[in-house]
Amino acid sequence: MKNSGYYSQFGGAFIPEILVPTFDELESAYLTAREDESFWQEYLDIMSTYSCRATPISRLDNLTEQLGGAAIYVKREDLNHTGAHKANNVMGQGLLTKRMGKKRVIAETGAGQHGVATATMAAKFGFDCTIYMGAHDVARQRPNVFWMEQMGATVVAVTEGSQTLKDAINEAFRDWVSNMDDTHYVLGTACGPHPFPEMVTWFQSVIGTEARAQMLERNGKLPSRVYACVGGGSNAMGIFSGFFDDKDVELVGVEAGGRGRGPGQHAARLAYDDATIGVAQGYKTYFLQDRDGQMQDTHSVSAGLDYVGVSPILSYLHESEQVRFEAASDVDVVAAMQKTVRNEGLIPALESSHAFAQAYAEAPGMSPDEDILINMSGRADKDIFTVADAVDDPKWRQFIIDKAKAYSEDMNNA
Amino acid sequence: MHERVTALELAIKKAREKKDILLMTHIVLGYPNFDDSLRVVEDMVNAGVDLMELQIPFSEPMADGPVILKANAEALKRGATVEKSFEVAERLTREFDIPFLFMTYYNILYCQGIQTFVDRCKAIGIQGCIVPDLPPSEGEEYLDAMHAAELSPVHIFTPNTPESRMRHLSDNSSGMIYCVARKGVTGKDTAFSEDITNYLSLCKNTTELPLAVGFGVKSKEDIDYLRGKVDIAVVGSETIRVMERDGVGAVKGFIETLVT
Ligand SMILES: Cc1ncc(COP(=O)(O)O)c(C=O)c1O
Repeated sequence: MKNSGYYSQFGGAFIPEILVPTFDELESAYLTAREDESFWQEYLDIMSTYSCRATPISRLDNLTEQLGGAAIYVKREDLNHTGAHKANNVMGQGLLTKRMGKKRVIAETGAGQHGVATATMAAKFGFDCTIYMGAHDVARQRPNVFWMEQMGATVVAVTEGSQTLKDAINEAFRDWVSNMDDTHYVLGTACGPHPFPEMVTWFQSVIGTEARAQMLERNGKLPSRVYACVGGGSNAMGIFSGFFDDKDVELVGVEAGGRGRGPGQHAARLAYDDATIGVAQGYKTYFLQDRDGQMQDTHSVSAGLDYVGVSPILSYLHESEQVRFEAASDVDVVAAMQKTVRNEGLIPALESSHAFAQAYAEAPGMSPDEDILINMSGRADKDIFTVADAVDDPKWRQFIIDKAKAYSEDMNNA
Repeated sequence: MHERVTALELAIKKAREKKDILLMTHIVLGYPNFDDSLRVVEDMVNAGVDLMELQIPFSEPMADGPVILKANAEALKRGATVEKSFEVAERLTREFDIPFLFMTYYNILYCQGIQTFVDRCKAIGIQGCIVPDLPPSEGEEYLDAMHAAELSPVHIFTPNTPESRMRHLSDNSSGMIYCVARKGVTGKDTAFSEDITNYLSLCKNTTELPLAVGFGVKSKEDIDYLRGKVDIAVVGSETIRVMERDGVGAVKGFIETLVT
C-alpha cells in the first residue's frame, strides 16, 4: 500500500521512523481543519485583519503601453504583512499549531521572508521560535535576520553543505526529530513530505481564488497567461490553483536561470534538462543531482529560488503539460526589476522579478486584446543590498562606507 | 518461528551462543579516505567487533547528527562515489568473516536502480541494509527485491513507535531490528538507565528478530547496561570522534576497551 500524497509518481513521505506519529498527527489535524468550515473562516478573518487580504490587482499602465502587446496585471502579494505571500501559509499553519496544542515553531528560510513571517506569527500567537537559515543566506539577507531577531526568534546560521535553503531544511528536520512533542515544523513551501505540499498549496490557494474573481470582475474575462516564479513552488501553486479548471488560461512557472545552463549555474529543475528524478528531504521530485544522487550546488541571484528540488505537484503538472516552465537569467531578472521600479513604482522581490522578466519577454508578442497576470510574490526591501550591488549604485556604497566608519569609531571610543 | 530467517539472523544467533552481547560498529565509507576505511575495519575486526554497518555517503543525511554529517560531507568532497563504496565493501566482505550491512539513504538506491542495488549487494556479500528514510509503505520495490534475494532489510524502532507499528515494521524486516535508544539524531548522549527499560522490553516482546540498540552508545558502561536486555550494541559516532581526536590508529584500542 502506498502512502497518500502522490501526484502521479511524485510526492510521498520518505520520513525517518521517529517522525511517523508526528506526521500522522499533522495529517489528521490538517484533514480535520479542511472539513471544518469555521477553520477557513477563522483563517480568512485573520488574513483580512492582521494581513491585507484581499490583496488588489494592479494594471501596469505604463509598461503595457511601452511593450505594446498584452495588457499586464499584477497580483499584489507584496502587500501582505511582512511583504510576501509567505504570510498566507504561515498564519494557516500557526492556527493548526494552536489546534495541535504545540508551543514552539521552527522553520527553514532562504530569502528570510518565510523566516520573518514565521517569527511574526510566533510573536502574535506566543510561540517559541527557532529559524534555520543557510550561512550563505544569512550573509546576503541581513535585514530579514535583523527583524527575526527583533521579534524574539532564534536564528541559527547553518554552516553545513551549500549553506542555503536545502541545508536549512535538513537542520530543521534534525531539530524536529528531537523536539516533535511540543514543536511544529512550519515548512515554507509546497515541498517536503506529505501532507506539506498539499497543505501549503491549500493555504496559498487564497491567492488564486481571489485573483480569478478579480480579473473576471475587472475585465469580464480571464487572463490568457498567468506567470509565477518557482522556488519550492508555493506562490506558483497558490495562484495557479485558481485557474486549473480554465483550459484557456496558460500557466507559466519561471525558475532561476542564474548564469545559464550547466551544473551549479542555476536552479532550474524543470525548465532545463539538468535535473533528474530522486528522493531527498522526504519527497520524490526532480532534483539537481549527480548520477549517484548527490545534490549539486545551485545558483541564483535570489536566495528564495536557490533550491535543488521543486514541489512534487509542479513536477506532475510539468509532466502532464498543465504548466509550462521557463527560466529567467540573473541579468534579465535585475533588469526586469529596475524596469518595474522605474516605470510603475512597484518594487518586486528578486524572486518575483523572475515572473516579471518572463512576462515582459512574452507580452509584446501577444495581442492587445489579451491580458496577462503576474504574481508579485513579494517586495524587495530585503534585497536592498543585493540590488544596490547589482546596479552598482555609488551613493549606496558611500552610505555603507560612512556607516561602517561611524560604527568603528564608536567601537574605538567605547 | 517466523518465516523469513536470513543468513544475517543465523549469524547473529550463532555468535550469541558464545557472547552475551555483540558489538556492531559503524563507519562512513571514504572517510577520511578509502585506505583508512579499510584499515579501520581491519582494526575493528581484530579488536573483536561482531558486525559492521558501512555507510555509503549521501549529501543530505537527514537522520544524522554533526559527527556523521561531517564525515559524509568530507568523504564526498574527497571524491567518494557509490562505485568506490561497492568496490571497498566487496574487499571487506571477502577479507573479513563477519556480517556487513549497508546503511544509506534511499536516493542512493533509487538512482542506482533498486533492483540493481540489491543485486549488487547480493553479489558482493552484503547481508542487509538500513535505509532510515524509507518506511515500508514507500519501500515495496525495495522490500520485494531484498526478500527475493534473501537479504535483510532492517527497520528501526523508536521510543515514539506504537506497538502496532512495531509489529508492522517487524513483519517487513528480517535479520534484526534496530532500536534507537532515544529521539533525535545520531551522535548525542543517551542516558542508559531504567528510563528505557520499559521501551526495550516492549521492543523485545513485539518481535522475534534479534535486537540492536544504537544512538548514544559509547562506553563499556553503556554496553554493560544493555547486556542481557538486547542482542547487539551499536557504536557509531563515537569511533569517528576517537579517530578524529586521536588518529586512525587509536580506534583499535578504543574498541578493546568496549569488548573486555
Ligand atoms: C518573495 C518570494 N517569492 C518567492 C519565493 C519562492 O518560494 P515559493 O516558490 O515557495 O513561492 C520566496 C522564497 O523565499 C520569496 O521570498
